[in-house]
Amino acid sequence: MEERKRIIDLQDIIKKFYIGTPNELTVLHGIDLEVFEGEFVSVVGASGSGKSTLMNIIGSLDRPTSGKYVLDGVDMVKAKDSELSGIRNQKIGFVFQTYNLIAKTNALKNVEMPMLYAGVHGKKRTERAKELLELVGMGDRMKHLPEELSGGQKQRVAIARAMANDPAIILADEPTGALDSSTGRLVMDIFHKLHEEQGKTIVLITHSPELAEETERVITLKDGLVTSIRSGMGGRLG
Amino acid sequence: MNLFLENIRLALFSLKANKMRALLTMLGIIIGISSVIAIMTVGNSLSSYMTSELSSMGTNNVYVSISRREAEKETSEDGNVFAEEESTVSITEYDLMTREMIENYAETYSDKIRAIGISRNLGSGQIEKGTTNIGVDVLGITLGYCATDNVELSAGRFFNKRETDGAKKVCIVSNKVVDKMFGGDNEAAIGSIVQTAIGTDYYDFTIVGIYDYEAGAGALASYMSMGSTTNMYIPYSTACEISHADYVVYFTVLTNAGVDPDEFANTTKQFFAPYYRNNRNWTIDSYSMASYVEMMSSMMGTLTTAISVIAGIALLVGGIGVMNIMLVSITERTREIGTRKALGAPNSSIRLQFIVEAVVICLIGGIIGIIIGVGGGSLAANLLLKSPATPSIGSIIGSLLFSMAIGIFFGYYPANKAAKMDPIEALRYE
Repeated sequence: MEERKRIIDLQDIIKKFYIGTPNELTVLHGIDLEVFEGEFVSVVGASGSGKSTLMNIIGSLDRPTSGKYVLDGVDMVKAKDSELSGIRNQKIGFVFQTYNLIAKTNALKNVEMPMLYAGVHGKKRTERAKELLELVGMGDRMKHLPEELSGGQKQRVAIARAMANDPAIILADEPTGALDSSTGRLVMDIFHKLHEEQGKTIVLITHSPELAEETERVITLKDGLVTSIRSGMGGRLG
Repeated sequence: MNLFLENIRLALFSLKANKMRALLTMLGIIIGISSVIAIMTVGNSLSSYMTSELSSMGTNNVYVSISRREAEKETSEDGNVFAEEESTVSITEYDLMTREMIENYAETYSDKIRAIGISRNLGSGQIEKGTTNIGVDVLGITLGYCATDNVELSAGRFFNKRETDGAKKVCIVSNKVVDKMFGGDNEAAIGSIVQTAIGTDYYDFTIVGIYDYEAGAGALASYMSMGSTTNMYIPYSTACEISHADYVVYFTVLTNAGVDPDEFANTTKQFFAPYYRNNRNWTIDSYSMASYVEMMSSMMGTLTTAISVIAGIALLVGGIGVMNIMLVSITERTREIGTRKALGAPNSSIRLQFIVEAVVICLIGGIIGIIIGVGGGSLAANLLLKSPATPSIGSIIGSLLFSMAIGIFFGYYPANKAAKMDPIEALRYE
C-alpha cells in the first residue's frame, strides 16, 4: 500500500466561516486524509458533519483556512485563484446529486464541455465524448437533451462528463441521492466499473452506510473531525 | 474559436427558448435602429432628389433680387417696437430695379453672362374655348428665361422680335393645355387664338409655341403648383403692358461655363450697390444656386442629426432593456454558471459567454431594425417623392456596429456579475 502514489494529501485542514466579525464558525477542525491512486473511498457523515465543506475543498471550489492540501502533486494552497479553474478542469471530475447537466444542450455536447474549456479540438473532442457515452451505456441517446432523459440516464451522462479530461479523481457528491434504489444500483455499478476497469480514483460522498460499505475505505466524519477510517467490503473483496 | 462558436450557439438556443422575451427585449433596439435607418433613407433620398431637382434648375444660375436692408443695430430699449415698424416698410416703385439698370449690368459683364431671365407673374388665369377651360399661371418672360429656367419648346417657336417689341398678344402653352383644349393636336393648336381671363379682363392670345411640361419644369415645381396648373408664357413686354408696370423685383442670370457662380453673385451685389447707396430700406441681394443647394443639404443634415439623437435615446433605453434581461437570465442560470465553473470554465469564458449573448440579441435586433428601417424608409421615399430610395450603406454598417457596441456595453455588467459568482453558492442555488 505504501508504494502507491498519493493523489489526495490533506494535512490538518481547518476551515472557519466568518458570519459577521465576532461570530466565527469552525466547520473543519483539522482533517488529515490521504487517498491513493486507484482507490475507491467514501466519506460518510450526518448532515452538518462537514462533508460538503470537505468536498468543496477537495474539489478546489473553496480554500481551507489553514492546512496543507496537495492534489496529484499540485500544492493547492499555493495555487492562484486564476489557476484553480484549470486544475478543476484537468484533475477533478464532478458528479453532483442533481446531475447539473447544461439545459438545452444534448448529451454529447454536455460531455464535450470540459474538453471545450480544455481547448481539445473538434473531431477529437467528439470522438472522446462518444467513447465515454458508450462506456456508461448511453451510446444510443447521445443526441437527447437532458429534458428528455430519466434521472439515471442523466447521472450516467454526468459521469461520462466527469471522465472527459481523464481527471486524477472523480468526486461524486451523493450521486444516487435523487434516484430510486434500482437506478442508484445501476449508477453505483458504473462507478465500480470505472474503478475496476479504468483504475480511476473515486471519492464518494454519501450519507448511506450501505453504499459506503461497497467501497475500499470508509471515512467517517463527525463534527468536523475524522472519527474513523476503516476498510469496507469493496476493499476486502478487491 | 471553438468556445466562441459554442457561445454563439448557446446564445441562439437561449433566445429560441424564450422567443417572446427575446422579442420584447429586442424591441427597443429594433425601434431605435429602424427609425435611424428610416430617417437616413428618407433624408438621403430627399437630399439626392433635391440636389438633382435643384441642379436641373441650373447650377450655374445666380439669383438677383430686391431685399430688405438689414435693420440697424442701434435699437435700444424699445427694440421690439422699432423692429415692428421696420417690417412694415412697404416697397415702392422707386425701390425696384429698372430695365436700364439690368441692361447696364448685362453689358458690363457680357463676357460672363450667357443669359438673363426676367419674368413677370400676372397670377392665375383661365384659358377658355367654348365650354372647356383650363387654369394656368400667366408669366411674362424674356428670351433669356428659356435658358435660365430650362423651358424647351416641343413644337412651334419662341416670340420673335416684332412680337416682343410690339407687346403682341402671343403665348406659349404647355402640352397639358393642348391635350385638354385641342385633343393633343399640336398643329391645330399653333396659330389658334385662345381667350384668356386674367384678373377681371379677357385677352385674346395666339398660340405660337408649345413646351413639354414634364421635361420643362421639374417635378418639384409641379408639387409646388399642385400638379394641375401649368405656366402660360407671354412676352415680357406684353405682361408689362397688362400690369402697367415695368419694374423688376428679381431676375435670374445664367453664367457662362467656367465662371464661379458664388463669386459672380458677389460681383453682382457690388455692381448694384451704387444704385441703392441712398436707399435706407432696400438693397440688392444675390446668391447662387450652388449656395442654395449647399444650404438645403446642410439643413437636411441638421434635421437628420436631430432625429438621430432622438433615435439614440431609444437605443439607450433598448440597451437598458438588454441589460435588464441579461441580469434576469444570469439569475435563472445561476446553477449552470456554477456547473460550468466546476467543470473548469475560467471567469473570462463565462464573461465572454454572456457578452456574446447580449451582442447576439442586439445584433439580431439591429438586423431586424435595419430591414424594417430600409423597408419603411423606401416606402416613404417612394410615396412622398416618387423617387427610388437610396439607403445609405454607411448608416447600415454604422447601425450594425452600434448595436454590437450596445451589446458589449450593456452586456458587460451582467456578464461580469456572472463571471464573479462564487461557484459554491451558484451550485447550491435553487
